[in-house]
Amino acid sequence: MHYSGLRVFLEGLKGNKGWVKAWREPDPKPEYDIVIIGGGGHGLSTAFYLAKEFGITNVAVLEKGWLGSGNIGRNTTIIRSNYLLPGNEPFYEFSMSLWENLEQETNYNSMVSQRSIVNLYHTDAQRDAYVRRANAMLLAGADAELVDAAALRKELPFLNFDNARFPIKGGLFQRRGGTARHDAVAWGYARGADSRGVDVIQNCEVTGFQIENGVCKGVETSRGPIRANKVAMCVAGSSSRVASMAGMRLPIESHVLQAFVSEGLKPVLPGVITFGAGHFYVSQSDKGGLVFGGDIDGYNSYAQRGNLPVVEDVCEGGMAILPMVGRARLLRSWGGVMDMSMDGSPFIDKTHIDGLYFNGGWCYGGFKATPASGYCYAHLLATDQPHPVATALRLDRFKTGHMIDERGAGNQPNLH
Amino acid sequence: MIIPHPLLGPRDAAEFVYLGDACLIDRPDWKANDALEKFHDYGYMRDNPPGDHQELWFHEQGDRSWLVVTRNVTTHEISKVELARDVARARGRDK
Repeated sequence: MHYSGLRVFLEGLKGNKGWVKAWREPDPKPEYDIVIIGGGGHGLSTAFYLAKEFGITNVAVLEKGWLGSGNIGRNTTIIRSNYLLPGNEPFYEFSMSLWENLEQETNYNSMVSQRSIVNLYHTDAQRDAYVRRANAMLLAGADAELVDAAALRKELPFLNFDNARFPIKGGLFQRRGGTARHDAVAWGYARGADSRGVDVIQNCEVTGFQIENGVCKGVETSRGPIRANKVAMCVAGSSSRVASMAGMRLPIESHVLQAFVSEGLKPVLPGVITFGAGHFYVSQSDKGGLVFGGDIDGYNSYAQRGNLPVVEDVCEGGMAILPMVGRARLLRSWGGVMDMSMDGSPFIDKTHIDGLYFNGGWCYGGFKATPASGYCYAHLLATDQPHPVATALRLDRFKTGHMIDERGAGNQPNLH
Repeated sequence: MIIPHPLLGPRDAAEFVYLGDACLIDRPDWKANDALEKFHDYGYMRDNPPGDHQELWFHEQGDRSWLVVTRNVTTHEISKVELARDVARARGRDK
């Protein structure tokens, strides 16, 4: 069924009786060309691009719970491509370009809203670093615009420009950045993949791998064994847990990241705003709630909940740049489990086991990468060659010395 | 989260700095033939289990001791806290 404004109108006349389920609920077949473990944003987008761009439709997506029940449903929905390093920036810019056409490609309203993102700077040194970052962005084909405090005052007059400790000196805009409706991204990819013949199988937990003579031949699941020519892990947050079933250790620690939403307010924030001196980012959802977050809690955790010191730290960051939010009440907070990698950058690579592929290590930047992650993973699965923008995202980069460390924090996952 | 410090009693986790898996105590022998491989695994690879996890915490806002905390990373339940010095000695380190 093709969704359109006309369809909404016609269904309205007919009592909305013509709508059909967005995807099937198939039983697993005994064998597939490709089995994708994980029905989150990245797994579903991988299946979608495998079917759409590479013509491979004998594919199953296995999801332990329900679709999009992991981090695609637990993030702050920010999309952007304002990275610095050459291993990252072209990849994220590719993702940004896919976001811009996502709704047309999937025929699903993902509410992609390019409402802009601004990173505030508070010192001369930080401005210089942002100039460098902006140039790196421009070189990769992204947009970047540095504005000074006077221009920023006109655009975002409510910011605390004259904070005694962290005065706001200006900001780095990416006007094409913004937000998207996180659940709808997963649903759009699921529907698009399903309509092209991919089996999206929920409530099907992978319990082991069938590895014969160093070759992965399939998976064991809670709904029986499934054979596959290629098995693709795509379970960020639980990567170490799943990979350990194949006897692998990963350069990843699992950490919890909290996010928060306030009560609904009248429109006040035009775009995404990030604090440059602490760790705080905020946007306003279409329902009116301020959606914000900050640092990870900092210790290994598989619990989807965090501790209070980080709540305090995040709220202090918010008060430093937006004193007006002090009157807003916090409505909800939640936690998601992140794959924190050793250099803060992700992996899309083959493993040392033939037929077994790995996608993970997204730290807390996985949402914005959803389209490109799926596209590049599909490219790798279909052709056995990395996509040109994802060649640096290798599992063995620590062995060869090619880390992609945006923050310059070294092998300390809780600092990235 | 409250960490029961073996010398100071229950202390708020916010007083501590977290380093990571206590396998960092077991520094490989730099003279071994496979030292390159071993240091790669030491520096970058982690078990990252979902259950009990032995980890290093530094009491920076307190007595500046290093602790090995055994904590369930899914329930945050702490089952054991030792001085890292004692753990290192028990594992054969001289200090």
